[in-house]
Amino acid sequence: MAQEGQQHPLGVYFWIWGLLFVISFLSYMVDYMNLQGYLRWTLILIFMFLKAGFIIAIFMHMKWERLALQLAILLPPIFICVLIWLMAIEGDYTWLTRIEFFGESTFVPESPHH
Amino acid sequence: MSEASSTALQSGVKGVVNDFSSDMQSFHVPWGKAMMWIFLLSDTFIFSCFLVSYMTVRMSTTDPWPYPSEVFALSFGGEPIPLILIAIMTFILITSSGTMAMAVNMGYRKDKKKTFWLMAATALLGASFVGMQVFEWSKLILEEGVRPWGNPMGAAQFGSSFFMITGFHGLHVSAGVIYLMVVANRVRTGFYERRGNNYEIVEIAGLYWHFVDLVWVFIFAFFYLW
Repeated sequence: MAQEGQQHPLGVYFWIWGLLFVISFLSYMVDYMNLQGYLRWTLILIFMFLKAGFIIAIFMHMKWERLALQLAILLPPIFICVLIWLMAIEGDYTWLTRIEFFGESTFVPESPHH
Repeated sequence: MSEASSTALQSGVKGVVNDFSSDMQSFHVPWGKAMMWIFLLSDTFIFSCFLVSYMTVRMSTTDPWPYPSEVFALSFGGEPIPLILIAIMTFILITSSGTMAMAVNMGYRKDKKKTFWLMAATALLGASFVGMQVFEWSKLILEEGVRPWGNPMGAAQFGSSFFMITGFHGLHVSAGVIYLMVVANRVRTGFYERRGNNYEIVEIAGLYWHFVDLVWVFIFAFFYLW
């Protein structure tokens, strides 16, 4: 390596730091404004991936690492998508069987503050 | 071999092929850093397993899932504010990530004093995060009656998912606080200064700490907001 370790101007970190605050605030606002349905889920995912991306790329310096390390670390998690897919099928199937054999839920929530 | 190491490293796909076929070293980073990355990769899979199993039980239950926005609301005298403690915890963790990034930078600038104080600040913020989590758990267990096998608000699986996911994350934060304090103390006493003035360990500790923040991003999105 030409220079020792990861040395970058401080300004980059301050920028990303501020940005992370803004994105966190926005994702909290999703809940505070009580958004529901697809709008809520889409916004949650967008803010989540933005935050995760900035943390990995800048704070963890992945942006400046060599491609060999980037690929070795960032490619394997793609397999998690397969697990998500399989378990989504499984969860859906379990739900259907429960409805089929036990019927709809009869759960009555207690008042949380009694 | 000596020829390969003396020539400049290639970039792009050709660089990947060369790095992996070089017969000596694939990752041109300190070995500790490569090992930390591989550890974090395996940890990613562990947390993914927890979150995916949480998805599975939440999808498969026929009982209503407790609404986190209300479960984790906190009232300061007046109307309960939704999810407020979790939001504060999120901001604390992001602040600590920032101070950690600064500490890494100061370490490479050989600024012993600033590195130590920034790491100490990071550890302190981490400790306050764990403290808030203790408060959150006690409130949930003692006041709301949440147990791993059931709760008064809805689906029984809520408790086990919650304790498992946030518990394992809290354990990571606690371990991180200890790790940071050990490294920070060694920075202060000049341990790394005597060993060739090398502060790579601060970046390695930083990787772990940022990862803890990273996991929280996913927990916050999927468990608290979803």
